Amino acid sequence: MLEWLISLWSDPNTRWILLGCTLLGLGSGVIGSFTFLRRESLLGDTLAHAALPGVCIAFMLTEVKSAGLFLAGALLAGVAAVLCVSAISRHTRIKPDAAMGIVLTFFFGVGTVMLTHIQHSGSGSQSGLDKYLFGQAAAMVTGDVYVLMGVSLLLIVLALLLFKEFKLISFDPGFARGIGLPVGLLEHVLLILTTVAVAAGIQAVGVVLVAALLITPAAAARYWTDRLPVMLAAAGVFGALSGTAGAAISTLGEGIPTGPVTVLAATLLFAVSLLLAPGRGLAARALRHRGMRAAYARTVDGGAPPTGAAEGRES
Amino acid sequence: MSEETNKLKHRTAAKEAAAAPLAVSNITVAYQRKAVVEDVSFALPEGKLVALIGPNGAGKSTLLKAILGLIPSISGQVAIYGDTYKKMRSRVGYVPQRESVDWDFPTDALDVVMMGRYGHLGWIKRPGRREKELAMATLEKVGMADFARRQISQLSGGQQQRVFLARALAQEADLYFMDEPFAGVDAATEKAIIALLGELRREGKTVLVVHHDLSTVEEYFDHVLLLNKRLVAAGPVAETFTPDKLHETYGGKLAIVGQDGREALVVK
Repeated sequence: MLEWLISLWSDPNTRWILLGCTLLGLGSGVIGSFTFLRRESLLGDTLAHAALPGVCIAFMLTEVKSAGLFLAGALLAGVAAVLCVSAISRHTRIKPDAAMGIVLTFFFGVGTVMLTHIQHSGSGSQSGLDKYLFGQAAAMVTGDVYVLMGVSLLLIVLALLLFKEFKLISFDPGFARGIGLPVGLLEHVLLILTTVAVAAGIQAVGVVLVAALLITPAAAARYWTDRLPVMLAAAGVFGALSGTAGAAISTLGEGIPTGPVTVLAATLLFAVSLLLAPGRGLAARALRHRGMRAAYARTVDGGAPPTGAAEGRES
Repeated sequence: MSEETNKLKHRTAAKEAAAAPLAVSNITVAYQRKAVVEDVSFALPEGKLVALIGPNGAGKSTLLKAILGLIPSISGQVAIYGDTYKKMRSRVGYVPQRESVDWDFPTDALDVVMMGRYGHLGWIKRPGRREKELAMATLEKVGMADFARRQISQLSGGQQQRVFLARALAQEADLYFMDEPFAGVDAATEKAIIALLGELRREGKTVLVVHHDLSTVEEYFDHVLLLNKRLVAAGPVAETFTPDKLHETYGGKLAIVGQDGREALVVK
């Protein structure tokens, strides 16, 4: 175990990859908190799946595999998907959730067809583009990691700078509009940041599962606190832990994809939060409920000793 | 400064002093193709408490939101202190309907009240000690100082309403819009709101309140706007809040019953 940890740290390339995935988890957790609170979790998944054709088109056009280029492709595809969703829900009677379901699967279908085509073409079989489905952090080169780290840092800095504005449009957009905030613009900025988080994460975590890095840490963080700054920090830490775990464990064996491991780590943190968080956690709730029932039983008994009769009846 | 610009400044100041806090002309709002608010015009007198009343679906909240630019109107103009809403925004405070937000949001009462200062703070800047003190003072005014650090989902409906009122007070506005502040609140909150309205009137503020309880209109308000898609009547309560005009507003939905020698209005 210790040997493994040391080997992770001693290899400079692995060290960078670990650091990159940690930062990615941190940035995704922070931005994802707003996505989660605005109840747009499904949107993150739509953006992620929509990224696949974007990445494929970027590769087919340039025949180059580079993180920056794929990021641009994923971003454009994400924007196209969001435009489709809003066009469908505006001009038809179809509700946004159904519109997202339609767009998500359509884009992913197109992406899969393109991916198959690339795999069967000459230069494509070596492209390693199939890794974009479930992510392979170890396949990243130093340049990719720099892009990943730069983008993640940008997300964190912007989320901190615009914290107050993002909070207000998430809590009460009507009031925000009333005091003159450009709510539409801010919503678009937040959406683009979400798209960037997703697009940055696809190489490491893969399009199928990257949305989990956005939503699961935020959902877990919500259990621990009633304060938004603390929630952002906790979501960032949970995301960072998941990203680190995914990258570290996937380097163990050649075939282990990073995405599933990352998601398992995030879900484990979520399960622990759900069960054990003080206040909102299930265990704390059950204890509180028991305490209340016991107290009620005591008052009904009218002055009966707190132990004994009341408790005896309960068991 | 030249004499010319001095004069000009003087004139615009005079014009502003004369302008009504709110003047609405020919506002029409439509959802799909159906008009919900049709050709409504009125002006509010300064320093009065004004109730906006009308039957369900009369477009009261819609009119309020259209005035605030929260929903688009297909025609009409809104002037606030003689200027556009955009320019006069800092003089306007707004209390939305309580149901319009998610009260499970991770924040506490004090933080919500401080949101009332965001418009004055500008971009990126964080609220500091000054904002905190002001927010505490306004929480005190609505009797909620003890709940400043309470998570907002842990507050009762009435307490949540008072937090929203405190946030509007923190805006330090001259003209207030309140969307059904009395809806579903407890007696303590109702009392707190009335006291607050009285204080705002003493300070010369103008308040427009969407209201649904006809039995309290005469007691709480100075002026009244009767709305049923179109504006039926507007004016001082004594002249406007009459059985005739109410019948015109509510149609067959209104009954007048005698009670202990006094007439009471009942919405069927």
